[in-house]
Amino acid sequence: MTATGLLPRPTRYVDHVMGMPISLALRGRHTHDHRALEAWSEVMADLREVDRVFSTYREDSFVSRLGRGEITVADCPPEVVEVLGLGHRARLESDGAFDVRRRGPDGPVTLDPSGVVKGWAVERASAWLHALPETDFCLSAGGDMVCHTDDPASPPWRVGIEDPADPGRLVATVPVRQGAVATSGSAHRGAHIVDARTGAVPGRVASVTVVADSLTWADIDATAAYALDREAAAWLRSRRRTAIVVWADGSVELTDGTAPRQASRLRSSDSLSHR
Amino acid sequence: MRRIVMWLLSTVTVVVLLFGYHTSTSGPTSAGSAVISSGSSGVSGTLSGTNSSSGTSSSSSSTTTGSTSTASPQTVTGDSVQTRWGPVEVQVTVANGTITAVNVPVYPSGNGKDEEINAYALPRLIQETLDAQSAKVDMVSGATVTSDGYLQSLQSALDKAGV
Repeated sequence: MTATGLLPRPTRYVDHVMGMPISLALRGRHTHDHRALEAWSEVMADLREVDRVFSTYREDSFVSRLGRGEITVADCPPEVVEVLGLGHRARLESDGAFDVRRRGPDGPVTLDPSGVVKGWAVERASAWLHALPETDFCLSAGGDMVCHTDDPASPPWRVGIEDPADPGRLVATVPVRQGAVATSGSAHRGAHIVDARTGAVPGRVASVTVVADSLTWADIDATAAYALDREAAAWLRSRRRTAIVVWADGSVELTDGTAPRQASRLRSSDSLSHR
Repeated sequence: MRRIVMWLLSTVTVVVLLFGYHTSTSGPTSAGSAVISSGSSGVSGTLSGTNSSSGTSSSSSSTTTGSTSTASPQTVTGDSVQTRWGPVEVQVTVANGTITAVNVPVYPSGNGKDEEINAYALPRLIQETLDAQSAKVDMVSGATVTSDGYLQSLQSALDKAGV
């Protein structure tokens, strides 16, 4: 494998936005200098602006106001349209498992595009880091990340996949040069993905990690697969995803995207939503 | 609010001008180049990892903050927006202060199935590490860590250690 002893130590930055930690690791030409610091500060400014527009925790965000009917989609920045469009596509492709609308306990439907926003926002913000020449980066938002290596000869980023039963341990390590890794599960935040109608929490699956080109879709697919619970691995296979599914019984299943099997037909009772 | 919109628009324009949307969104994911002795062909092996944990705390469902406008259902269609994936148009219907429908009459028809050139190699690499607890890592991927929970996380240890 790689000569781990010879790897350069990355320079690290941490900040917080949207209630989650943002971790950046840089290697190569721009790690401490003003260009690196500027790119990092642009990343954070970008994410803070996304929070102002999309946060469902802020009464005055565009999305909160849109959800209450105080403004129309025509009043919103174009990003809102882009994100709702993504949510729509995700709902279709997941057979309804993923939905930016969620039904409250008493029936009202609220708008919560959070399941799309995070991956999309971080992928978008990573453009500032892509602009750093001869620099490798790994940008993680609460455990979902975009990885980039500039030089094909430099070692891949090694992404440890947390054990959902014991977040101090890892179940696997994924080497990534270019691409994204996203994990959905309930380890840190408790249950936040539920069946929209019954409120049932997925019980068979403990976590789903998707490795893909795009963080937007890695994040969406990880969330949708987790919501699908026992169908998680079959659904990911049907989408030819490279993914790691950790089941609640502690077993680990890998889908490699190369063995397209007949996708399990999702039953209508599997209509779930991200919340 | 206008100012925020304008700010956003200008920011977006600047981002697009400077970088476009870069290769990570279109380029294939590529794994490490290390060549691994093949191992089993079926990659979907089941491994014994850890103890089971089924304990999922019951969800607390957030309440709706309605109680604002009371109007008849109103459907508004936004302008078409050009995205990385193609043009998108969104239609939102609101009645009595809550969203009753979100329709997207125009959206990109990508197939959502990235052709990952590493699809063959990566799972093998992962397989190799499934029980490698001591593996040195750069970042940790897990269920979303909140800022509150961050200090206890493995990622926090990595960030602090500066390794």
